[in-house]
Amino acid sequence: MTFSRWMTGLLLALSSSLALAAGGDGDLDHAEINVFDQASLQRGAAMFANYCSGCHGAQFMRYQRLIEDLGMSEEEVLDKLAFGEREPADYMLAAMSSSDAEEWFGVAPPDLSLTARAKGPDWIYTFLRSYYMTENGWNNTVLENASMPHVLWQLQGIQRPVTETTEVDGESKTEIVGFEIEQPGLLSQAEYDSVVLDLVAFLEYVAEPALLKRERMGIWVLLFLAAFTFLSYIMYKEYWKEVKK
Amino acid sequence: MAKPASNLDKGIENVTSWVNERTSIGDFWKKHLSEYYAPKNFNLWYFFGSLSLLVLVNQILTGIFLTMHYKPDAELAFASVEYIMRDVQWGWLIRYMHTTGASLFFAVVYLHMLRALLYGSYQKPRELVWILGVTIYLVLMAEAFMGYVLPWGQMSYWGAQVIISLFGAVPYIGDGLVEWIRGDFLVADATLTRFFALHVIALPLVLLGLVVLHLAALHEVGSNNPDGVEIKQNKDEQGRPRDGIPFHPYYTVKDIFGAGIFLLIAAFIIFFWPEGGGYFIEKDNFVAADPLVTPEHIIPVWYFTPFYAILQAVPDKLMGVLLMGAAVLILYIVPWLDRSPVRSIRYRGWMSKVMLALFCIAFLRLGMLGVSSDSSEIELRLWTFVYFAFFILMPIWTRIEKTKPVPERVTH
Repeated sequence: MTFSRWMTGLLLALSSSLALAAGGDGDLDHAEINVFDQASLQRGAAMFANYCSGCHGAQFMRYQRLIEDLGMSEEEVLDKLAFGEREPADYMLAAMSSSDAEEWFGVAPPDLSLTARAKGPDWIYTFLRSYYMTENGWNNTVLENASMPHVLWQLQGIQRPVTETTEVDGESKTEIVGFEIEQPGLLSQAEYDSVVLDLVAFLEYVAEPALLKRERMGIWVLLFLAAFTFLSYIMYKEYWKEVKK
Repeated sequence: MAKPASNLDKGIENVTSWVNERTSIGDFWKKHLSEYYAPKNFNLWYFFGSLSLLVLVNQILTGIFLTMHYKPDAELAFASVEYIMRDVQWGWLIRYMHTTGASLFFAVVYLHMLRALLYGSYQKPRELVWILGVTIYLVLMAEAFMGYVLPWGQMSYWGAQVIISLFGAVPYIGDGLVEWIRGDFLVADATLTRFFALHVIALPLVLLGLVVLHLAALHEVGSNNPDGVEIKQNKDEQGRPRDGIPFHPYYTVKDIFGAGIFLLIAAFIIFFWPEGGGYFIEKDNFVAADPLVTPEHIIPVWYFTPFYAILQAVPDKLMGVLLMGAAVLILYIVPWLDRSPVRSIRYRGWMSKVMLALFCIAFLRLGMLGVSSDSSEIELRLWTFVYFAFFILMPIWTRIEKTKPVPERVTH
């Protein structure tokens, strides 16, 4: 008996160390988003419509879903968040055709339906804050030589990289350790971070619209199961009274 | 004073006797539930068998609903999964129940197998129960692998690519074999459609048949218990084991309680942690399959990683594949490797305890190493060695160690 208890403990300890080893996404900044904040999602949706949806689509997302989830009317969604004549049941496709895009940028801009799940919100958050200007145009520390220009530069301003040179085994290595704003944008740094967070929250929602319903419902399911388990425990104890004598 | 039987009661009785006169369903109920005597000292480890059955039922039911909307077509598969996640009513819940169920299936099956190792449940006369169980595990691995390919994400595609290419290590016929499995010169639509057919009908049928046999074989010889005492050797005047209790109602109510705890954990994952930190649904699988872009790390789902680590421990491909196969197949001969006169770990010596603990650590550590792309070769080999040493040295330590006397009756 004691041995099997000990084994159970060992298994638990090892599996939790496995979970710990799995964490950690490197140098990404943590995106403190709240998908349950409807106002934030609305602002994010507007950001997406104004700055992203020209080139990027969200091919699995229907406008109808935004009407249901974001607390906006059909007119508001179709006027403000959709380009041209779109029906509520239409998918949120990019305004630009992907063959045109491929010709202009070299690669077709990826669809953003699932980016928040494929890359994670922290990745998007850090990516959109890591553009810097070089002699050859825009570059990005998260995605080197990204084909996408810094579409939010008017908001953020223009960053220059701060580099640091270290000597490792006689070889000098130059690394980008931070940024400084060379030309201020329309927003302060804190304001810019906050609008990017709204956009990331929106993308997180778009990647899994069921998320909103899922977590709210989950609490009730757990409460139900807790009650069920409690009752089944009483029933088990009742039946087993005679066995345990 | 007894109440006169109502018309409803009489009606039920009539139907019951009508059915009983024409079938043996009443005998079946008695043999497998109401008069199946199970030892009364089952502990926590004995929940995982019935839980495996619960997950199997969940996989079949949710699977049926998924096939109603899923499209087994390389062009449409990925989008159809997202359609299920967004446009199908409750589709997200059904899919998460299926994906979470897959991972939990392996969790409970691994614990179920460890229980057998702890209490020597594979020893005579239960060798066939064990052999059928190992076969279920093998079929389950194939079932899970093929299911993982169906969403047609990057990890589905490249995981299939890597695993199928392992068959290329077979001498002479390797290349032809790989092509035959894929049905094409690369993993493509033909591969997806055949995996769909195998995943939704062929393997589930085999699995169900094996589960029936596994249970039939178990009920023929009776269940083992944490003391490893044979309860059939001590019967009362009516021929019932003194340490046994009818499975129904005692273990049905106990297993319902166990199912409640299990469902709490499952529901927590389904509703709050469906991706399982990228282990239950991998991040790269949210990107549609692209034969031209190889993901940075190709790793199998967590429940295969210990074997993947064993594969990596050997530089030669054929040797690696053979060793990986041996790691699973060696389970078949465990009943004959174990020479201990006692079943349960409770009455075995320290060597059994140390070896089993080392084996568990090796299995988990290999699982962790299999996930990482830059595991140290020395560590991979060390734990692979420990994994095999557990089996190969089993005949020695089980024979030389000093065992404790086994009690006449079960303790609890």
